[in-house]
Amino acid sequence: MRVVIAEDLFLLRDGLTRLLEAHGCDVVGAVGTGPGLLAAVAEQRPDIAVVDVRLPPSFTDEGLRAALQARQEFPGFPVLVLSQYVEQLYARELLADGSGGVGYLLKDRVFESSQFVDALRRVAAGGTAMDPEVIARLLAHSSGQRSGTLASLSKRERDVLALMAEGRSNAAIAERLVVSERAVAKHTASIFMKLDLAPSDDDNRRVLAVLAYLGR
Amino acid sequence: MGVPKYTPEFGPQAHCASLCLAAMLMGMGPLASAQPPAPLRFGRGREPRPTWRDRMSRGLVATGRGVLFVGFVVASAALWAALSVALTFSFLGFGLLLIPPALLAMRRLANLYRRASTAWCGVPIAVPYRRFRDGRDGTGRDGGDEPEGIWRHSLRLSGKLLSDPATWRDLLWLLLDPCVGWVLTLLPLVLVLWGLFGVAMPGIQGTLRSGGWDHWYAFIPVTGQLTASLCVLLGLVFIWSGLRSAPWWLRTYGRFASSLLSPTPKAQLALQVGHLTKTRAEAVDSGAAELRRIERDLHDGAQARLVAMGMTLGAAEQLVVDNPAAARALLIEARDSSAKALAELRDLVRGIHPPVLADRGLVDAVRALALDSPLQVDVTSDLAGRPPAPIESAVYFAISELLTNASKHSGARHVSVELRHPGPALRALVSDDGSGGADPAAGSGLRGIERRLATFDGVLVVLSPVGGPTTITIDVPCELSSPKTSSS
Repeated sequence: MRVVIAEDLFLLRDGLTRLLEAHGCDVVGAVGTGPGLLAAVAEQRPDIAVVDVRLPPSFTDEGLRAALQARQEFPGFPVLVLSQYVEQLYARELLADGSGGVGYLLKDRVFESSQFVDALRRVAAGGTAMDPEVIARLLAHSSGQRSGTLASLSKRERDVLALMAEGRSNAAIAERLVVSERAVAKHTASIFMKLDLAPSDDDNRRVLAVLAYLGR
Repeated sequence: MGVPKYTPEFGPQAHCASLCLAAMLMGMGPLASAQPPAPLRFGRGREPRPTWRDRMSRGLVATGRGVLFVGFVVASAALWAALSVALTFSFLGFGLLLIPPALLAMRRLANLYRRASTAWCGVPIAVPYRRFRDGRDGTGRDGGDEPEGIWRHSLRLSGKLLSDPATWRDLLWLLLDPCVGWVLTLLPLVLVLWGLFGVAMPGIQGTLRSGGWDHWYAFIPVTGQLTASLCVLLGLVFIWSGLRSAPWWLRTYGRFASSLLSPTPKAQLALQVGHLTKTRAEAVDSGAAELRRIERDLHDGAQARLVAMGMTLGAAEQLVVDNPAAARALLIEARDSSAKALAELRDLVRGIHPPVLADRGLVDAVRALALDSPLQVDVTSDLAGRPPAPIESAVYFAISELLTNASKHSGARHVSVELRHPGPALRALVSDDGSGGADPAAGSGLRGIERRLATFDGVLVVLSPVGGPTTITIDVPCELSSPKTSSS
């Protein structure tokens, strides 16, 4: 898997490069700025980009904007955005085009290197990987008065949807919730129906379900 | 940016029950109730042209208010008499004891005038008195002072009161008001009554003339029924002009009162300096408190976790050769510790300066807040640029606190946040459909928000009737930086 990394702090950039190479990825570019990322993506055409939200020169959400722009230029181009913070607002912006191939994780998740690389592979394959914290913050509130389609989901269906948003497969969800894979498949089908998602390519529907989840 | 404007404050409630009652009967609400600071007025919204009936009813109300002012004029005269007595007897000694109460009564009366002028004449008058060292202006109830001799106390208070130029201007007012006040306040009523007399002329001219009246009504010699009918016309003109001019007379009276009762430019500056000193002290205090909180959070949180992590790693180092399994467990523990330290630092930073605010500015930061709120929050904005960073941050935290309040206390389901900049100030409107009854005076967080906004001369206006809905307006005077395309 060919990866481009955009991270301004040398220590982290170096660490990420080594970590990914240790897991058999091919780091074809490591840049430190937003414009640098766009140039590297255009030149190398990697399978995925790992991007830090805050990058020079503006030290604001430069990285996020560069990632979004890269996805505009190359629709569906997988990006995994890393940040010290996760914001629902940014998660929604990343997912907004509905085409999947998006990850948004806290930098801490890199600690668990094998899980991190799993998430990376899922995103590269067109799936999603939302940080559990985004989902935890959502869950904390969706049980409140907030109305909408989510309210029609049962407790178990919400659990399944939350894990789906983290980007887990049915098998992984079954393992996590200690139920059979068939039960999970039943729940996902019910979720798709309640969220009014037409039967189509399953991967895409999963993205749309997550989007509905984040977009209330 | 211009010099911050001093916002008028009204002193404690005055005790003038009868006048309040009269005011309530006139349908104007109790005079003594504290007026909320008037929201800044933006733009030039043109009011619809008043109809004939509006004008006349306004005239009637103004005439009625003018009559009520006569009560004040009488009170002024009475107080003037009381002061004269106090001064006369001060040569005998015990009159000295009467001076402070008389002067304080005068302040209360003057404050009542100021409020009446604001409410009735449409001429707002700020309180000009110098603050005593305890922060009060002397019109409130005394309490908690250390006991001292009644003579000493009386002399000290007299000295304080008499050294304030505002006292002397009040005295001058007290002298002039009974002379000028009669004319300005009663003129509309006199015109109306005189007009009514003319209107009634055809019915009463016979009786009047037989009673030896000199048969002149203004310039009309009343000699028979024909001239009496002319009097009706003229009377109507008098009534019309009386009612039509009544609001003007009332405003003129208000301006006259303002010329003496308002703070002089010098007093205004002194008050402004007082206001600035107070808000600066509060800003410094809250800044220091914030730093202490951050220090404590770092000390008890991330720092402690890093120390624990170092110790765990040390232990793992010892064990790594002899007992790799135990060392591995310790390493996992250290890693968890580091994740927790990071989470704590994240929360801390969020409380200091939220990342979205730094990245995107106020509007998107408020949108992010809305997403994190358990309530349905709609955010609308027409901000073309970004306010200065400190104001942005203050308004952000104010809105954040208001949203928390709404979700905790109001029972609201839906909140709307509007951000606008219609002229001299940034305005944030936060309204919810909850149960209302929010009261800044009841020791809620609203007072704290108000204090922090005051550093930027910001104003918080709460409109929260019991039963809801609640609308809270924040106005902070500021300019926006150069327009930038909003990301959305």
